[in-house]
Amino acid sequence: MAASSAVTADYVLKPPPYSLDALEPHMSRQTLEFHWGKHHRAYVDNLKKQVLGSDLEGKTLDHIILNTYNNGDLLPAFNNAAQAWNHEFFWESMKPGGGGKPSGELLALLERDFTSYEKFYDEFNAAAATQFGAGWAWLAYADNKLKVMKTPNAVNPLVLGSFPLLTIDVWEHAYYLDFQNRRPDYIKTFMNNLVSWEAVSSRLHAAKAASSSSA
Amino acid sequence: MAIRSVLSTRTLSGLKETSSKLLGFRGIQTFTLPDLPYDYSALEPAISGEIMQIHHQKHHQTYVTNYNNALEQLDQAVNKGDASTVVKLHSAIQFNGGGHVNHSIFWKNLAPVNQGGGEPPKGALGGAIDTHFGSLEGLVKKMSAEGAALQGSGWVWLGLDKELKKLVVDTTANQDPLVTKGASLVPLVGIDVWEHAYYLQYKNVRPDYLKNVWKVINWKYASEVYESECK
Repeated sequence: MAASSAVTADYVLKPPPYSLDALEPHMSRQTLEFHWGKHHRAYVDNLKKQVLGSDLEGKTLDHIILNTYNNGDLLPAFNNAAQAWNHEFFWESMKPGGGGKPSGELLALLERDFTSYEKFYDEFNAAAATQFGAGWAWLAYADNKLKVMKTPNAVNPLVLGSFPLLTIDVWEHAYYLDFQNRRPDYIKTFMNNLVSWEAVSSRLHAAKAASSSSA
Repeated sequence: MAIRSVLSTRTLSGLKETSSKLLGFRGIQTFTLPDLPYDYSALEPAISGEIMQIHHQKHHQTYVTNYNNALEQLDQAVNKGDASTVVKLHSAIQFNGGGHVNHSIFWKNLAPVNQGGGEPPKGALGGAIDTHFGSLEGLVKKMSAEGAALQGSGWVWLGLDKELKKLVVDTTANQDPLVTKGASLVPLVGIDVWEHAYYLQYKNVRPDYLKNVWKVINWKYASEVYESECK
């Protein structure tokens, strides 16, 4: 997601690219109603209130995230800004009838950088399962390589110098209504039934273009 | 050092029924899930029976199981002189041991209304609360605000600073015990604000959980700990 150069920015609660019940039975409509309708909405609304009248007002989401991370000593607007970004990225990482193994260039790269799709699958699952407390697991791109990352709370690969390609939300609110404590079941369901490899591929193309243009 | 601070006698002082012999020369004593002194549904309507059951039987049990595994691995690594494995196990011990310590305190911090849950603290602790926070309402307001503002997962605590002889309100992230914020801090009341503690009932509205949990806080237990630490 390249930083835009808009002079003013509006922070929008974008709906997922599918209806709230479209991911059933893998992710319930009730979960989407709360997760998108309450949690994600609150991050957007609170961000708007928070930057009003400050020197962050009118800046893009990317700008706010990169300028409030402060090497991990987070400034106040980071949480709302990063979580607004992360959740929009998360909805777009999924699709009805998704999941399973990708094909083509993406599969070739996963096999190149992880030895096999199965090894990537295991590494991604493990990262998501072992991120203690709240956080996210990611497939990311940096230095011409794919890698798996895990981050706490609102942190994302943008502030760690990598291009995010895919994410799974492992805050408990992401899975508690459907899976309660069973996070590993939620992760498997996400990988087997929800991942949008089309979204991952187009993000990879954008990441490669952005890398080579800055080379 | 992190391992000592998690396993100090201070933090274990409330866990009389849990075994206290640790890391013996001939193998280790493992920990077990403590029983709740009340039924799962006894804290309703403040906390649902469904939450209590999953919280105790799944979340706390998992911390105990993983803590025992980590201690087993630690014992082997120590005996082999494998220093880097010892260091690597630090976070598993802090997460899971902390989870066991914190939840063991939490179950004692709660009581059904008909066993004194929600009854304001009297005696020495009641007086100390008035001195440090103006009133019980003042303390509740402060703890609820800090609990609501906590980003991610963690706990909000009322603690006693044994050295400075005063009450403090503080938060810890994830399963860090209160003692990680100060070696002289003794936990009196801890409120779990991980989403698993309230989500099935209160969903995203953590402030409603924090409003209602006070109705089942066991101030008798907190007073006992306070008085014994003040001797």
